[in-house]
Amino acid sequence: MSQRLPIILFALVMAAIPFIPGMPPFWIVLLDNIGLSALVAMGLVLLTGVGGLTSFGQAAFCGFGAYTTAVLTTTYGVSPWLALPMSLLVSGLAAVLLGLVTVRLSGHYLPLGTIAWGLGLFYLFSKLEFLGRNDGISAIPPLSIGSFKMIDPAAIYFAIWIAVLISALLTMNLLDSRTGRAIRALRRGHIAAEAFGVQTPRAKLLVFIYAAVLAGLSGWLYAHFQRAANPTPFGAQSGIEYLFIAVVGGAGYVWGGVLGAAIVVILKEILQSYLPYIFGGQGQLETIVFGILLVGLLQLAPTGVWPWLMSRLPQRASRRRIDPALTLPARPRATPASGVLLQIEHARKQFGGVIAVNDVSFDVQAREIVALIGPNGAGKSTTFNLITGVLTSTGGTITALGRKINNTPPQEVTKLGIARTFQHVKLVPDMTVLENVAIGAHLRGHCGALSSMFRLDRADEAGLLAEAARQIERVGLTDQIDALAGSLSLGQQRIVEIARALCVDPMLLLLDEPAAGLRHMEKQRLAALLRTLRDGGMSVLLVEHDMGFVMDLADRIVVLDFGTKIAEGTPAAIKTNPDVIRAYLGAAS
Amino acid sequence: MCEGERPVLNTTIMLFLLQDGITNGAIYALLGLALVLVFAVTRVILIPQGEFVTYGALTYASLSSGQMPGTARLALALGIVAFGLDLFAGRRALHVRLVARAFALNVLLPAAILALTAWLAGHHPPVGVSIALSLLIVAAIGLFLYRIAFQPLAHTSVLVLLIASVGCHLALQGFGLVFFGAEGQRGPTISDAAFTVGPLRFTGQSLCVYAITIAFIVGLWLFFGFTLYGKALRATAVNRLGARLVGIRTTLSGQIAFLLASVIGAASGILIVPITTLYYDTGFLIGLKGFIAAIIGGLVSYPLTAVAALVVGTVEAFSSFYASNFKEVIVFTLILPVLVLRSLAAPAVEEEKD
Repeated sequence: MSQRLPIILFALVMAAIPFIPGMPPFWIVLLDNIGLSALVAMGLVLLTGVGGLTSFGQAAFCGFGAYTTAVLTTTYGVSPWLALPMSLLVSGLAAVLLGLVTVRLSGHYLPLGTIAWGLGLFYLFSKLEFLGRNDGISAIPPLSIGSFKMIDPAAIYFAIWIAVLISALLTMNLLDSRTGRAIRALRRGHIAAEAFGVQTPRAKLLVFIYAAVLAGLSGWLYAHFQRAANPTPFGAQSGIEYLFIAVVGGAGYVWGGVLGAAIVVILKEILQSYLPYIFGGQGQLETIVFGILLVGLLQLAPTGVWPWLMSRLPQRASRRRIDPALTLPARPRATPASGVLLQIEHARKQFGGVIAVNDVSFDVQAREIVALIGPNGAGKSTTFNLITGVLTSTGGTITALGRKINNTPPQEVTKLGIARTFQHVKLVPDMTVLENVAIGAHLRGHCGALSSMFRLDRADEAGLLAEAARQIERVGLTDQIDALAGSLSLGQQRIVEIARALCVDPMLLLLDEPAAGLRHMEKQRLAALLRTLRDGGMSVLLVEHDMGFVMDLADRIVVLDFGTKIAEGTPAAIKTNPDVIRAYLGAAS
Repeated sequence: MCEGERPVLNTTIMLFLLQDGITNGAIYALLGLALVLVFAVTRVILIPQGEFVTYGALTYASLSSGQMPGTARLALALGIVAFGLDLFAGRRALHVRLVARAFALNVLLPAAILALTAWLAGHHPPVGVSIALSLLIVAAIGLFLYRIAFQPLAHTSVLVLLIASVGCHLALQGFGLVFFGAEGQRGPTISDAAFTVGPLRFTGQSLCVYAITIAFIVGLWLFFGFTLYGKALRATAVNRLGARLVGIRTTLSGQIAFLLASVIGAASGILIVPITTLYYDTGFLIGLKGFIAAIIGGLVSYPLTAVAALVVGTVEAFSSFYASNFKEVIVFTLILPVLVLRSLAAPAVEEEKD
């Protein structure tokens, strides 16, 4: 377990620190604060760096955690340990409510929303009578085990850092799993993930709740560390500071959150003690430095300190051991009643006044390769998007295996055994080829977030990865299996997309310009692969501009021009069809 | 007026609240417009807009009371940094003309403003001069802020720009505390005229607020809708590369947007500082209320933003009457139903990030 070694080492060092003779107590307090911030930052790493959802409002969730335990332990005399689950629950529930409202928002609306409710909740904390208004709640009992009370900063130190280590382990476990891959795919937009059955709104809500619960845990520890809770540390300023921590450390990395917390907390301490000597002015001078640093950092090192540090360390190539013997059960197949797999009748799509697809009808039989060709803008990719549920159709019917699939969400379409690739490659560039391809098998695994956090998903996970590895081998990319998808050539990335689609165990494969960017030999290999797939019982519908490739491969060709079908037939017939020649070469006078 | 035992709403109070709300709303509208403007052109969500308000207001107040505002020094300091960045960016092809122009704009101009401020500060300048000088100082800060913080990030995602924007807010607010101290200030009114209509008293100041707001709205609408330059700015927002290919200088567009935004922000500050006491951090809250209006307007529509701002101002006035303790809570939670409606109306679109 070479991956675990640095973590165990880190844990041992952290455990030894309080026992160093002559350790100034002030340093222990500093380390306590670092741990508290690290917990929140870790949630933000998952939310912002990995999931792409920026939140300036995490401090408010700390507030929920802190105030819950403050009220329960002071007003109702509940034991702090019993208050812990309540603190986490309240933060989690607040996240569910706010998440249902804000997580659906795209892009910049979410962070703006978080600023707004962050401020709103801050004012709420400072105005509510039972939360002690601006004065807050004091005389919160310390954590205690038996008669041992953790009043000393060196005592609660262990509680804080055990929480940090456990959270880090659980977070890393979560990221390295089926659910984790779905979360990591979020930042790259939702279309690709949804095409393989990922419920993206649910995945977003999940990370939102996860981050809030971590913040709530930090708040709970904070309340029993300070033995008091008041609104100030849960305001907008702190929310911004937590995001700052994540960006400094490296928003995409779990340990980046811890490192960022260390850097920022120590820096803040130094600035607060020395800046007044330099400027002689009044407080808050450190915010000026923080602000300038934040902007500078985004310009010079947007990925943060952690990845920079890691790139300095000697690389040890970690290769996953995959057991090739593992297989996933084949997807249950509904055998088509007739030979028709996909039937498109009078499909129509209008964007305002533009008719992108105009009453197009064709079908795809079982064990058949059909090519959809036509000049640029003919409506080929739009037709793909209608079939896979990315776009809703304006009219007509699309039937797959006898089931009408117009306006069915993409997650449902793929359950029928329809898998696709994209014209503009949609892979997650900072995930390995193996992990990208495994997203294709998303619906063939079943373990959720909790089981993956506690590593109960390993059998399921091994099966998914073995299936992914098998499909990668099938398309001939085994040498690149551990490479980052973003480091591959565009042609290879298209092939990775095919492997990902094959992981669905599809009956119908939709390929959008699969041969673009491939070299001659690679095209021939691709054609051979597609023929093998067809002979194995799969049907293929492909959009392609390389006529040599299409004419050699396709059993049947459908030609679109300006959204309308102008011809359909065998390659030989299409080659000589005067309408097709006119569409491609212009009218011969 | 909101500290009454049991507030009873009668027509007079209602009209009074409405008037109060509309005056505040007009200011939020101005800020909302500036936010929409900056976002539309540069994709920056301008959190430091609130600092422009504070700087404008407190610079004006300081000048009027014969003090030397620190903002003038900040403008020069930012100008020198911007000059350094210009030199660094153009280091491969340094012409004398280029250097001279950068020096004139980035160093000489703020230095001249600083000298003028230092000279005028001791002489109790007339209101008009103070206003002009305050606008000039904040405009320079806005311009250099874009050059230093955002121009190098112009190609990045909205989220990165937003985080940078928050960083600028932190730094500028910190400087605000250094320059103006923790004490609040008020400035002299622009006009002391006042008249009454029925139970309502209209001051010249509030009429100035209305007039200037309307002038800005109409001006921006005409500028963006009907001038080639306005269209060029909009084109920059839609596609930077495309705009550059057709010959639009995208950095210039960004600078113009920030210049306008800082002037609008400073103007709003100058308009309200005679009405309410402003502190170094008040601008942030005022700016955020402008935000709520801008978000209701979807960050694209000027008229909708203006209307929304009036609603925000009115809601604020009425909630300070009914539940003054929870005024801020109510105003900031107002954004949530709006966001819900927005998300329901426009299902998330695919965004290519990073």
